Amino acid sequence: MSGIDKTHELNVFVVADNVLTPLGKTTAENFDNLKQSISAVKQHNDANISLQSFYASVFDHDESFIKNNTHSFTKFEQLLIGSAADAIACSGIDMKDKKTILIISSTKGNISLLETESYNTELKKRIALSTSAKLVASYFGCINQPIVISNACISGIVAIITGMRLLRSGQYENAVIVGADVISKFILSGFASFQALSTNICKPFDKLRDGLNLGEGAGTIIFSTNKKYAQNIKVLGGSISNDANHISGPSRTGKELSYAISKSLKDSRLSSKDIDFISAHGTATVYNDEMEASAITLSDLQTVPLNSLKSYYGHTLGAAGLIESIISIQSLKEGLVLPSPGFKEVGVTNPVNVNTSLLSINANNFLKTASGFGGCNAAAVFGK
Amino acid sequence: MPEEKNITGSCTINNGAVFKDGEQLFENKGIDLQHFLLSVYQHFQLNYPKFYKMDSLSKLGWLASEILLKSGFGKENYQSEEVGLVLANSNSSLDSDSKYFDTVKDIASPSLFVYTLPNIVIGEICIRNHFKGEHAFFIQDTFDALFIEKQVNYLLDRDILKACICGWVDVLEQDYKVVLFLVEKQKNEHSLLFSAENMCNIFNNSKGI
Repeated sequence: MSGIDKTHELNVFVVADNVLTPLGKTTAENFDNLKQSISAVKQHNDANISLQSFYASVFDHDESFIKNNTHSFTKFEQLLIGSAADAIACSGIDMKDKKTILIISSTKGNISLLETESYNTELKKRIALSTSAKLVASYFGCINQPIVISNACISGIVAIITGMRLLRSGQYENAVIVGADVISKFILSGFASFQALSTNICKPFDKLRDGLNLGEGAGTIIFSTNKKYAQNIKVLGGSISNDANHISGPSRTGKELSYAISKSLKDSRLSSKDIDFISAHGTATVYNDEMEASAITLSDLQTVPLNSLKSYYGHTLGAAGLIESIISIQSLKEGLVLPSPGFKEVGVTNPVNVNTSLLSINANNFLKTASGFGGCNAAAVFGK
Repeated sequence: MPEEKNITGSCTINNGAVFKDGEQLFENKGIDLQHFLLSVYQHFQLNYPKFYKMDSLSKLGWLASEILLKSGFGKENYQSEEVGLVLANSNSSLDSDSKYFDTVKDIASPSLFVYTLPNIVIGEICIRNHFKGEHAFFIQDTFDALFIEKQVNYLLDRDILKACICGWVDVLEQDYKVVLFLVEKQKNEHSLLFSAENMCNIFNNSKGI
């Protein structure tokens, strides 16, 4: 048996967070808009992204995310910096401390540069995620080399789990975890080629769902094991699994996501009855939602109120796990579970309890799930 | 104290040659990457039609995993969920990204788009071997053995995994390198202690143990 006694592992507290999306530049601004059921998903006609009109959540062209862009940061890097700067300012965490680690999550980072720049050695270096990570780390004066995670649509949850574990095992005291993705022609054309895009605002878990919306944005969450934050919400556990079934289609049974859910509950020393609401991945593609509902049923969580934030933000890819976890932490703080707009009639074989109105709830813990290409699944649990 | 963990196998494919556990098993220099990868597939008499559909990153990682696991790995000793992967590289999926984007002008190719994520190679190895455990893909400037060691130690010390394939798989055009390590709690006749130092030695001499 292993020699690690988990009962003595450190608690990991949420110190501060930020959500930077077309709905707002802080978590509070975002949550206020969400409470009023305002969606950032709109119809766009932008020939730089697509010749056909499309529904997505994207920033205005003239939107700026940092005050003085003297270093020629790309939009992706500005999103990372803008989101992290707000959370760091609220936290009082010292970025220059060797006990602080920066973790960056993205699926495609600077890939949009392929669309506008000539493809040469210099550009290849500029696109590399390590280049962006170094620029962001040096902006904040970090001593430690940043960690970069790129694991498809579960990247944000993998980043959260990685940060939690680095802190639990005492390698660092603070983790600043920031994720971002930018929607460009590269990404939109790819999802369109899969016929995965909805022709309207997406309808997670609904009978008439016809695909996903894409969205851009950033999210930052700051963790610490410092006991001065002991009254804060904690990240309690997490787990990752693989379907071992298909690189672009989810498991037929949902068993593997269910496995990640049960492992993350065990890691949290909780059972399914302790989960008060679920923030689902809920992309509104036929197959994802079907699989996810099966996994939730297998985990005996089918009656727990559930939402998907995709009809507010679209699928924000490498930022999704962070943005959706942070909004759900806000739900936990305010005792308000957000509805899933657009949901009318359940359209999955194993019905789940999709929340349709702003629900006041005395909640202690929530579950966040995610799945992605490559058969990857992840789950994390947060609690008071 | 955590139990000792061991590198029970390694496979390196680099510079036109294939090494397993320190021994060179194949060499075919001076040809382009696609033909080289196919020659490795044929030399080891692998039979897996999905190979032909993979991008270069997946082919490279998948070939190394096949050779790594070909003999000496007791798959039957583990449940599906007990085996996982921790991989890293510096160029993410840029090799496939540029190939995919070339198709966008005409008709965007879904079969290329799916490979524009670095973790797809993990998915391919998982599908082949029914591995369903923990996995993660990290982007690093250069192979950070100390970081990988700590990640794998966390997973094995807490019994999240019982066996883990870890290492580096990177490709950009004709530049490529894969070095995979099999880490288990048991030992075998040629195993080495699992450590960043031993991984670095294997990584840098490109021969394997």
